[in-house]
Amino acid sequence: MKAPLTWSLMRQAYGQALVRLGEQNPDVVVLSADVSNSDFSAMFAEAFPDRFYNVGIAEQALVDVAAGLAYAGKVPFANTFAFLFATRALEMIRTHLCYGGANVKLMGAYAGLSDSFDGPTHHAITDLAALRSLPGMTVVVPADAVAVERLLPQVAAWPGPVYFRLNRNEVPVLFDETYSPEISKGMVIRKGGDVTLIGTGMLLHRCLEAAQRLEADESISARVIEIHTLKPLDRDLILQAARETGALVTAEEHSTIGGLGAAVAEVTAGAAPVPVVRVGINDTFAESGPYLDLLDRYGMSVENIVEAARCALSLKGGRRPG
Amino acid sequence: MHYHSEALVESISRLAQQLRIDVLQMVYAGQTGHIGGAFSAAELVAAFYFHHLRIDPARPDWSERDRFLLSKGHACAVLYAALARRGFFPVEELQTFRQLNSRLQGHPDRLKCPGVEISAGPLGHGVAIGVGTALALRAANKPSSKSAPSARAAEARVYVLLGDGEINAGVVWEGALAASKYRLGNLTAVLDCNGIQQTGATADVLPTRDLAEKWKSFGWHVQEIHGHNVAEILAALDRADEVHAQPSIVIARTTKGKGVSFMEYDHRWHGQPPNETQYRQALAELEGGLS
Repeated sequence: MKAPLTWSLMRQAYGQALVRLGEQNPDVVVLSADVSNSDFSAMFAEAFPDRFYNVGIAEQALVDVAAGLAYAGKVPFANTFAFLFATRALEMIRTHLCYGGANVKLMGAYAGLSDSFDGPTHHAITDLAALRSLPGMTVVVPADAVAVERLLPQVAAWPGPVYFRLNRNEVPVLFDETYSPEISKGMVIRKGGDVTLIGTGMLLHRCLEAAQRLEADESISARVIEIHTLKPLDRDLILQAARETGALVTAEEHSTIGGLGAAVAEVTAGAAPVPVVRVGINDTFAESGPYLDLLDRYGMSVENIVEAARCALSLKGGRRPG
Repeated sequence: MHYHSEALVESISRLAQQLRIDVLQMVYAGQTGHIGGAFSAAELVAAFYFHHLRIDPARPDWSERDRFLLSKGHACAVLYAALARRGFFPVEELQTFRQLNSRLQGHPDRLKCPGVEISAGPLGHGVAIGVGTALALRAANKPSSKSAPSARAAEARVYVLLGDGEINAGVVWEGALAASKYRLGNLTAVLDCNGIQQTGATADVLPTRDLAEKWKSFGWHVQEIHGHNVAEILAALDRADEVHAQPSIVIARTTKGKGVSFMEYDHRWHGQPPNETQYRQALAELEGGLS
């Protein structure tokens, strides 16, 4: 796979995919905490005004109202900023979606550092940790606009609550029409035998760039795996990579605590203990600034992934880092 | 005018007292559970389950049923007792309350216990969840709807039982605003206003001031009644059902620990089980109330 040349807006694809779902399934309803012009769920509101509910700036009610709709047979898509689901509304999610078993789909907008200029109050860097820890929750992270389009119908059909993590900005186009993801299955998107780079969301593109650089500069053959479903995690694919390449790197737009890196380490630790070097934001709040610059400054650059791969390789087979 | 015969009122009053006896025995047997707020709600719950609700114990998932959402989940012993006595599960099962392998969890679990509409315990959720269900039931009736459930589903109503301590929680008011915005005439809340929460009087812990005015200003139709008077409860629920363009609340003035002299008005009986002496005295008082 070549380095992407074009960029496109994930939320545009999201709004369109939501409208298509609405056309296909009359039970799909959409709720918003008054940010529908940010996340583009307004496109659904325009197409189906009777099936769109703006509950105001009230994220707790957003989730509870969605649960009530789900208990009566609807398939609610609740929309607000990712960090608000993962913090303010988390008790509602735990009690009524996970424990209560409500078939509600949470659309976490502006995730990671993608709401970059609004600053750390609006960045979502702990959402994957929080949502992933809840029994019964499914966590899906699309990597580009095509992935949004392909995964959203599966999210709708998937039983039980799902957290779907969306990026605010234009992101590199990675996939074409042949991309056929399946919730709960990871995908090998680049072959390689020395080390495996496991990426999710926006960082998948950076994993591919890092793999190309490792190959060109150091003749290191890096496998790249996409994990779009953090939970349930594709355990088999990760263990296979651990056994075949003996060194893993994870890369995510999230804290190094509790997200993809933790999920991978949880799987390997008890079954195929190999080095797992985690790339993400290192237990700190970021700051305001341009999106791509923030990723670079806070530990999620291509160079950070390359460095992590070198580190993982040096630890491979129980060696100490050189 | 709504007429409810004296015999009906008497029968429901006796059933309410029976629910209190069930609750006392459940909490005493397991030495765990909440009595005070279950006792204050006994007539309200009895009025719902033995008269007002359109439900079918043989079909707890019947799509056209009325929904009763116990928002003050800690009072679940009285809900379990009502469900059992209404035929949702055997009365003997009440003895398993809060024990291993029981469907009667410490707070209600909608996936385990037949007839339980929402899992609850953390307070404040009932109104907002009720808004969602009321929206869905109303949408089901629209002629344009392609999902096309039968028209009778639209007649199904949503009832939420709230505690007056519970309404400290902000999400209650978020839900109240949404109910008003969407003019949910098919949603009725009943506020079990027993005046006492876990550590003391509601008026001291967090004064909510003029409740009727508050709910009116949030766009709700408001009635105030005596919450242990079954005739008043039945009439108020009928009246609430006739309000079409706005949600309705029945503010029911009750007594925490109602029915047992040493439990009434005492916040210590919020979540404490009785010892043997206390149990025997309480049982005698409650059984005396039955004769």
